[in-house]
Amino acid sequence: MRFDTPAATNPIDQGKVIGKPIPRIDGPLKTTGKAIYAYEWHDPNTRYAYGYIVGSAIAKGRIRSMDVAAARTAPGVIAVVTSDGVGELKKGKYNTAKLFGGTEIQHYHQAIAVVVAETFEEARAAAALVKVDYAEEKGAFDLTAAKDSAIEPEGGGDSGAGDFDAAFEAAPVKLDQVYTTPDQSHAMMEPHASIAAWNGDDLTVWTSSQMIDWWRTDLATTLGIDKDKVHLMSPFIGGGFGVKLFLRADAVLAALAAREAKRPVKVALPRPFLMNNTTHRPATIQRIRIGAGRDGKITAIAHESWSGDLPGGGPEVAVQQTRLLYAGANRMTAMRLATLDLPEGNAMRAPGEAPGMMALEIAIDEMAERLGLDPVEFRIINDTQVDPENPERPFSHRNLVGCLRTGAERFGWQERSKQPGARREGNWLIGMGVAAAFRNNLVLNSGARVRLDREGVVTVETDMTDIGTGSYTIIAQTAAEMLGVPIEKVAVSLGDSRFPVSSGSGGQFGGNCSTAGVYAACAKLREAVAQKLGFNRTDDLVFADGEVRSGDRRMPLAQAAGDEGLVAEDLIEFGDLTKTHQQSTFGAHFVEVAVDVATGETRIRRMLAVCAAGRILNPITARSQVIGAMTMGVGGALTEELVVDKKRGFFVNHDLAAYEVPVHADIPHQEVVFLDETDPMSSPMKAKGIAELGICGVAAAVANAIYNATGIRVREYPITLDKLIEELPEIS
Amino acid sequence: MRAFSYERVSSIEAAARAAATTDGAKFIAGGTNLLDLMKLEIETPTHLVDVNGLGLDSIEATPEGGLRIGALVRNTDLAADERVRRDYALLSRALLAGASGQLRNRATTAGNLLQRTRCPYFYDTNQPCNKRQPGSGCSALAGFSRQLAVVGVSDACIASHPSDMAVAMRALDAVVETVRADGTKRSIPIADLHRLPGDTPHVEHVLERGELITAVVLPKPAGGEQIYRKVRDRASYAFALVSVGAVVHPDGTGRVAVGGIAPKPWRDEAAEKELANGAKAVAAKLLAGARPTEQNAFKLTLVERALSAVLVEAKG
Ligand SMILES: Cc1cc2nc3c(=O)[nH]c(=O)nc-3n(C[C@H](O)[C@H](O)[C@H](O)COP(=O)(O)OP(=O)(O)OC[C@H]3O[C@@H](n4cnc5c(N)ncnc54)[C@H](O)[C@@H]3O)c2cc1C
Ligand code: SF4
Repeated sequence: MRFDTPAATNPIDQGKVIGKPIPRIDGPLKTTGKAIYAYEWHDPNTRYAYGYIVGSAIAKGRIRSMDVAAARTAPGVIAVVTSDGVGELKKGKYNTAKLFGGTEIQHYHQAIAVVVAETFEEARAAAALVKVDYAEEKGAFDLTAAKDSAIEPEGGGDSGAGDFDAAFEAAPVKLDQVYTTPDQSHAMMEPHASIAAWNGDDLTVWTSSQMIDWWRTDLATTLGIDKDKVHLMSPFIGGGFGVKLFLRADAVLAALAAREAKRPVKVALPRPFLMNNTTHRPATIQRIRIGAGRDGKITAIAHESWSGDLPGGGPEVAVQQTRLLYAGANRMTAMRLATLDLPEGNAMRAPGEAPGMMALEIAIDEMAERLGLDPVEFRIINDTQVDPENPERPFSHRNLVGCLRTGAERFGWQERSKQPGARREGNWLIGMGVAAAFRNNLVLNSGARVRLDREGVVTVETDMTDIGTGSYTIIAQTAAEMLGVPIEKVAVSLGDSRFPVSSGSGGQFGGNCSTAGVYAACAKLREAVAQKLGFNRTDDLVFADGEVRSGDRRMPLAQAAGDEGLVAEDLIEFGDLTKTHQQSTFGAHFVEVAVDVATGETRIRRMLAVCAAGRILNPITARSQVIGAMTMGVGGALTEELVVDKKRGFFVNHDLAAYEVPVHADIPHQEVVFLDETDPMSSPMKAKGIAELGICGVAAAVANAIYNATGIRVREYPITLDKLIEELPEIS
Repeated sequence: MRAFSYERVSSIEAAARAAATTDGAKFIAGGTNLLDLMKLEIETPTHLVDVNGLGLDSIEATPEGGLRIGALVRNTDLAADERVRRDYALLSRALLAGASGQLRNRATTAGNLLQRTRCPYFYDTNQPCNKRQPGSGCSALAGFSRQLAVVGVSDACIASHPSDMAVAMRALDAVVETVRADGTKRSIPIADLHRLPGDTPHVEHVLERGELITAVVLPKPAGGEQIYRKVRDRASYAFALVSVGAVVHPDGTGRVAVGGIAPKPWRDEAAEKELANGAKAVAAKLLAGARPTEQNAFKLTLVERALSAVLVEAKG
């Protein structure tokens, strides 16, 4: 099904199942421990072996030699596969750093061996016996030091309109500030894990992947085998946030180890490997300049960002949102990329936009103050309904103003003290902050297969993944709505490379795109059903209550299945609507914080997010995405930072004790409001993404609240107490 | 983790003997610290002597009016004990500020005192660390040291002691009772239990090989307002950047021990004489000779301010 004209009224608009607060259908499996995650697959008739990863102890250089004699003869050891032994392997399309193979070391904890043994404990013990002689080289690990050597990334990325320099120069009110965001880790619950089993040339891999087809393709490339020979399964995933978008070392090591051991092998990455073996959100240095008239209208806005990555990598696109969020005739953005020998930087929840908004939305707060305007009003004054760089290109639907106004009212924004540092309750300084939320809506083609059996049961098959987001549920809702059956009559099978290729989960595109693919397949199935049941007219067909109706005629849906059942498969293919129209999602975050006047500890008191993001397919799962994103935003504001050891070139705090994500006690009260809207430009579902919108702007709202509480403006994340303590008031 | 043998013993004396006579032996209590370290091969005992089940898990009144806390009393039970809550509130509060419910259910009194530093380089066997591998160097000195110590440090090591409970014990003048391999007993004031790093940061306490902690004794209640203030980046489940354990009497005198700033719970009786002169004066004495790094210098201000807040709170 092509989607190149705005969606007309369709069965989804009935809203009988879609849009209803239906608890996730896979919930009982998860709460009873029956949902099987990658590492847990267990066939009692199979003797699994266990692989344990060995990571590089240096950040950059070469392996001179590896001594695995002791490891090979250790108790229980079946095989040792080394990087230099395997030799150079091809690199997957989506990987910057190689995952395995050869003697070059590109970053700390890069995989250099896997030790396979009868038990996990034996493999781990033997892995510690591998001795490596390295030729260590000097690397670049410090973004600040490398900043001046940064260059325009491949493919450019500079943008602009009007004459920024002249307009900024002429502006009566100006801001020119630098903000920094640190490297961050995805820190999802389930570590990377894979089980690989060979049957002749055929490889089966159970893994934890957000994008089945990307993994399958890149795994085949890396192993130098035919893609058709690889069967990948990932039905349940314990979180990813982007770190499972691209093939990772666990799958490669498991496959190579299983080949060598001639047995199925399980490999999980131990927690410390998450930070330095896989990807992370790269640090940024951002300079923002804004010029405005005394009326509060922005006349000039510029956003530049510096980040680093390994050779061949890309920049953190932190200036993306500044191109679109606020009006202003004269504008420019630029990104510069430095070479760093830290682990690979890559996508993490709202890549680019999350760190970009961390900076931009402080700058907007600062600018509002300079103009003597309320920060909510300042944002509203500078709203735009068109792409400011390209004014003939409108937004498909944009209600940022509604989010700000609704939020201000529900949060009690008028109670915010205009004077920073003026509100105190006991030992706490109290402040409120606001930030806009903004994230573009992306579309990827997505396929699905739908089966109908003679019991009237509908089964959906797609390689779409559910990374904890609720894909199972919204897909079942879509099929139920389209075919007029109760949701209990829909079975959903996901995450298997034998199923049609879907959008996968990432960039908040999965919810809208994968359900649109299911919509397309269901539309096809409806045609097949009509034909089978002998309906001549199709324009007045109604699928409801397990029946198909036209005029006076009604037939049971199940009857169409016959003994063999009916199958339909289709793909939603997106046309040019994202080019002719800017599709984005919008929101507003409101935060109240308390800062301990003595110690500078910041504690969140309450948070509100108001989102305008097209049709909300399921308010329960959507809310769960937004509160999770808000929580992650608080981590980004207050604690999360991968600390770089600039001498040794690695992230030092590589476990969950030292990389502090929020705990329950940090998140007392969250509220989420969805504005009622649909966007016919986005897909037949008229839905858009929500899961990454939720994080964009949160950290800045916290930062602005801290400023409002204390009068201290911190522009370097995370805002830890050491950045406040010297400026806090005297205590007696 | 290396392979090891495991033994349950039937008496305190047998435990001490077994640990002293077997090469590479260690006691295991709750295992919440030791097992983590063994998995990472930071600790590589070849033999474990399990000291659970030796009847060291009761809390008894002493003839002097204090409490004898068995070495194996769990942190949860100790914090909940009625006498502790009433007479040694500081101890109860410090315990509850530490770790999580699950961990406190396992963690023991002796194990808590002897838990090892959370210096991130100590935890990464690829990095130089004098405490883990004597003579290899200290990565933290020029590296990530935000959590680490500012007083009592040496050029060899700036690790901080992570225990909350130990801070309260220090302020309450606890005494550690032990049995040695030859069966003799001794009492060690908590002030003398831990050693400063000097040139030998891997030697962290004065216990001899095989010496088993059997109990921690609290003298009779100190009275006063008892406050434990733990300062940390997130609201729970984090080690202290700085913690203050204080006993403050109505006349303004009292005791102060500080956590998170030194290789042991930090207390200076001379500094306490300054209590009447306010937090600044106390902090100045307490932190005399401090050698912070650029990254943890904020702890000097933080100690003073946290102490100020505690003194304000004590006044009520
Ligand atoms: C995630 C996490 C968070 C934590 N957060 C905190 C926190 O916020 N604050 C805090 O204070 N602590 C915290 N802890 C540490 C926790 O308090 C300690 O792990 C625990 O107290 C250790 O007690 P245990 O009985 O388990 O000791 P074990 O691990 O059994 O032993 C520790 C050491 O003591 C020795 N030992 C044990 N018993 C005896 C004995 N009777 N005589 C002689 N030697 C003995 C052992 O040989 C070993 O060397 C945390 C731990 C974890 C894992
Ligand atoms: S501070 Fe101590 S524990 Fe940390 S690296 Fe230095 S020597 Fe090791």
